[in-house]
Amino acid sequence: MYTPHTKKDREEMLKTIGASSFEELVKQVPSKFLWPKFDLPQQSLDESQAAALLAGLAGKNCRPLNFVGAGAYERYTPAAVGAITSRTEFLTAYTPYQPEASQGTLQAIYEFQSTVCALYGMDCANASMYDGASSFAEAVRAAVRVTGRKKIVYAAGVNPQYMDTLKTYFAHSAEYTYVKVPMKDGVMDRAALPALLEGAACLAVQTPNFLGMIEDMAGVADLTKAAGALLVAAADPVSLGLLAAPGEYGADFAVGEGQSLGLPLAYGGPYLGLFSCKKEHVRQMPGRICGLTKDKDGKRGFVLTLQAREQHIRRDKAASNICSNEALCALAATVYSALYGPEGLKELAEANAGAAAFAAERLSAIKGCSLKFKGPFFNEFVLVVPGSAAALREKVLAMKGIDIGLPLAPLYPELGETLLVCATETKTEADILKLEAAVKEAI
Amino acid sequence: MICAATDNQLSIEKSAPGRRGLHAKNPLRTRADVPANLCRKTAPRLPELAELDVMRHYTRLSRLNFSVDTHFYPLGSCTMKYNPRFNEAAAALEGFAGLHPLAHDVCAQGTLELLHDLSARLTELCGLDAITLQPAAGAHSEFTGLLLAKAYFENKGETRTEIVVPDSAHGTNPATASMMGFTTVNIASKPDGRLDVAELKKHIGPKTAVLMLTVPNTLGIFESNIEEICRAVHEAGALVYMDGANLNALIGMVKPGDLGIDMMHLNFHKTFSTPHGGGGPGAGAIVCRKHLAPFLPVPTVKKEGSRYVSDFGDARSIGKVKAFFGNTGVLVKAYAYMLAHSAEELGDIARYSIINANYIRALLKEMYPSYSSEYCMHECVLTPGKDMLDKGLKTLDVAKGLIDRGFHAPTIYFPLIVHEAIMIEPTETESKETLDQFAAAMKDVHDSGVADPQALKDAPVTLPVKRLDEVQAARQPNLRW
Repeated sequence: MYTPHTKKDREEMLKTIGASSFEELVKQVPSKFLWPKFDLPQQSLDESQAAALLAGLAGKNCRPLNFVGAGAYERYTPAAVGAITSRTEFLTAYTPYQPEASQGTLQAIYEFQSTVCALYGMDCANASMYDGASSFAEAVRAAVRVTGRKKIVYAAGVNPQYMDTLKTYFAHSAEYTYVKVPMKDGVMDRAALPALLEGAACLAVQTPNFLGMIEDMAGVADLTKAAGALLVAAADPVSLGLLAAPGEYGADFAVGEGQSLGLPLAYGGPYLGLFSCKKEHVRQMPGRICGLTKDKDGKRGFVLTLQAREQHIRRDKAASNICSNEALCALAATVYSALYGPEGLKELAEANAGAAAFAAERLSAIKGCSLKFKGPFFNEFVLVVPGSAAALREKVLAMKGIDIGLPLAPLYPELGETLLVCATETKTEADILKLEAAVKEAI
Repeated sequence: MICAATDNQLSIEKSAPGRRGLHAKNPLRTRADVPANLCRKTAPRLPELAELDVMRHYTRLSRLNFSVDTHFYPLGSCTMKYNPRFNEAAAALEGFAGLHPLAHDVCAQGTLELLHDLSARLTELCGLDAITLQPAAGAHSEFTGLLLAKAYFENKGETRTEIVVPDSAHGTNPATASMMGFTTVNIASKPDGRLDVAELKKHIGPKTAVLMLTVPNTLGIFESNIEEICRAVHEAGALVYMDGANLNALIGMVKPGDLGIDMMHLNFHKTFSTPHGGGGPGAGAIVCRKHLAPFLPVPTVKKEGSRYVSDFGDARSIGKVKAFFGNTGVLVKAYAYMLAHSAEELGDIARYSIINANYIRALLKEMYPSYSSEYCMHECVLTPGKDMLDKGLKTLDVAKGLIDRGFHAPTIYFPLIVHEAIMIEPTETESKETLDQFAAAMKDVHDSGVADPQALKDAPVTLPVKRLDEVQAARQPNLRW
């Protein structure tokens, strides 16, 4: 219980109100609805009891040596990130509706938007979305609004969960069509693009793609533009320490999952949707946007801006219904990026790519195992295994406490018995050798 | 709050080429061989700072904020209650925080058990049958709810195109309706702030899919005719969606399911005490009756014998509204909050939120008349008195004057149907002393404003910045460094 009222407080307050009892205050509620019986615990726990219960539950989650990525990545979070995000003034504030009393949150959002623009090489970014999947869906929605077209072309390597979410966002109408660009050697078959892009609203691509492969984006924007379509690119932000930025290859909208930038895995959220675009589409951005301005003395300050796009002003004409953002997660990502800086992020990206390359080298040398694709990959790769990949995963998990990767057959049946194996900077040489030995033994 | 007035630099302006914060070393023998044509040509323009620079910069920024822990924050409709630190500690437990969303179910038994128990408790609390915890926020829940409605009618072979909302509704209601391709039908409220039932009946029929209704409504008034409303909507073959943003007024005191609704949403960052974080992350849920359950997003959690498993439903499910399970980290905090309350103590949340709102209303009634003549539920909607309006003072001036006096402003200019609205939601966690101090500040704003209107129009003067030029911000957007 977190209420401060004493019996005396309650009596005095009711007296000031002029009510003889609490029941008088809720007379507007038909009495038959009041105080029903709840089949809920009759006793609450004190903090130490609750702590013990929760520690027990947390302890029931096993902590394998984890090589599963597939859209959420185990990353080291620097201590300074938590030190800032646990600052009570950030943690317990609301959306900055009163800008004079929220300059801290607002400046942090402005710096977040700038960070996203820098990483993705784009002109503008919003104050964040729920997660990578919803950012992706909103970017495609924006492309549909801009072009007035309803054909959505997407690369086969886009995260299947992103596509599921996208289709849910368009579930209100059967008019939308989805055309998949087939995969060739783990990346999109570029030769197929010109024909497929005819009449399309956008081409949606993810790189590194869901299978870890780096798409060669050179010339793709030109093909897209020639068809009158827009280019929507999804990219992991840490990969951009090293890999070509969406702005460099001409993306109109660039999105990503910001969990990579210092957020815990937490079984799926809260994560951070990164959303950026070219400046001509700025008014198509959904959600909150912070802008720099001046106060009446000419001093620099920050406000939420371009609100004419938003639900609380435009109601049924709004660009999106979103009214929150993931400000605290955005703060974490901003601090993370500032701590590492451009050099540190490059090192991180290289450490990821190096760990995955080493894991690929060792695992593919095991008899019966091989790499499914030959091309360059970032921090995960597809490994062909002998026999059932799902059974192999369960066996190694049970025997060695190692989660060796995600079986791909349910998502990509055409890839056969394969695993998507991920290694981030958290994996040492010893970890990877342990993985190799465990897989070898289990096969 | 301490305002370091001399330093309002951006992090990038403190950057020095070559200065380093953290390093990431690659101890592995193998280096990735990424072809140069796939690599970026220019480094991202991020600040180059030492760790201390970063700490000092963001610590300074934090001190420019109002927050629940530093200031009373009576923002109506937002339920800015205390965010227990125990919740934070629970969510940070490595067993929860470190769990990969695609972990095998055998590795996730603790989290799945927690989600299963949380689902059961919330379903009972709402007096409904089934739940999804996948939505990331309130608006995202509304989106999910309308998807359920659409799937429900499609499954019945019906096409319904209209969503009915009262004119007092949150902006997210009509925005969600549009996003889903529905047409919004607005119903005018009666002078007492309630939905006009006669008017409603005129506007519902075979085209109506859903009535979206906030209970209590955004004026802090309970829809006393809710039974009749639900009956009329059901007779038209439509569904009733309860916007649960104001559940703090009912929690543990009324089961929304008893009112006759078909589904509702929860905002964990409001009713269940998880922090707002400057705008998010939140978490939402849709709680519904049996007839909507088959359409819920996947996965949900099911118990099979002594094991908990992710349940992927069947083809009737609307699919996914976000990647993975949901904002589980926030849900752990909500569960910790539930553990801290017995059934009776949950009712005390509603009880004290209502007493606090009526207490403020009573203390301020002479200077700031209440829109409604009735007692309010968990929040009250006031306006500046005639003496202030006559001097040209507006709600915005009251808000800025309060900030100068060390209180966060209430929600202003909402609901839209009240001219110069001041919407105050004190929540149950504030003490009588704090409310007395707040009322004194409101009185001081009134008295000094009437005496010297220009001084109030110049407020705030004690903060890091004065009133900001929002017009320039929108006209020439500067959105990044």
